[in-house]
Amino acid sequence: MKIATVCGMGFGTSMMLKLFIEDIFKAEGITGHQVIPWDLGSIKGQQVDLIVAPTDMESHLKGSETKVIYIKNLVDKEEITEKVIGAIKELESL
Amino acid sequence: MNTSISLLKSLTSDHIAVKIAASSWEEAVEGAGMVMVNTGLTQQSYIKAMKDAIKSLGPYCVIAPGIAMPHARPEDGVIQTGFSLITLEQPVKFGSKANDPVDIVIGFAAINKQNHITALKEIATHFGDYRFIQDIRAARTKKDLLIILDSKREEI
Repeated sequence: MKIATVCGMGFGTSMMLKLFIEDIFKAEGITGHQVIPWDLGSIKGQQVDLIVAPTDMESHLKGSETKVIYIKNLVDKEEITEKVIGAIKELESL
Repeated sequence: MNTSISLLKSLTSDHIAVKIAASSWEEAVEGAGMVMVNTGLTQQSYIKAMKDAIKSLGPYCVIAPGIAMPHARPEDGVIQTGFSLITLEQPVKFGSKANDPVDIVIGFAAINKQNHITALKEIATHFGDYRFIQDIRAARTKKDLLIILDSKREEI
């Protein structure tokens, strides 16, 4: 699955989310996914399976055709693990 | 150059400030920004760029309850990659639905899109440690904060 983490500039918050998600995958033994940090301007038109973004970015991503999950606390391992793995399972079962 | 800089190691005495008086999110960002200007990490213009980024992109730099990580782009006046950490006397609202109000501000300046990676990993790891954050909040003096950071530095 191709997962995009998104923030305004593509190298701060989105990069932190990417590193976090990769760590979670490693810890959980999950393989086969690609995580790419993106800035808001370049995400439109990209073919990805899942978008992960900060909750405060919601208004910028409204109307996205790709499934978006929003993270409130970007340093909360539990929240990120639960939401990301939950979304992957949901998408895989479609 | 692709050397990745450690956040914890770079937060020396000159890079931190404690219980700064700020009455708005703009002043909070200016506080963290001034530390970066004074330590030669960025030009003065970087402070405005950080505020403009929040105005145009939203308050998502408030990454966790009470913690903001404002930054702008390398071309907005970064001289070298580095960080500042300030705590506020009174929390201020950034307009974050998820994580207001803020009393800890981590300023960050990245000269490129690579050599702050170690620091981002440290933020993800250590700033989720509730006890560490509570200790940072409780620090009344710069010396207190340095002791807290030193003890964390020993762990890495």
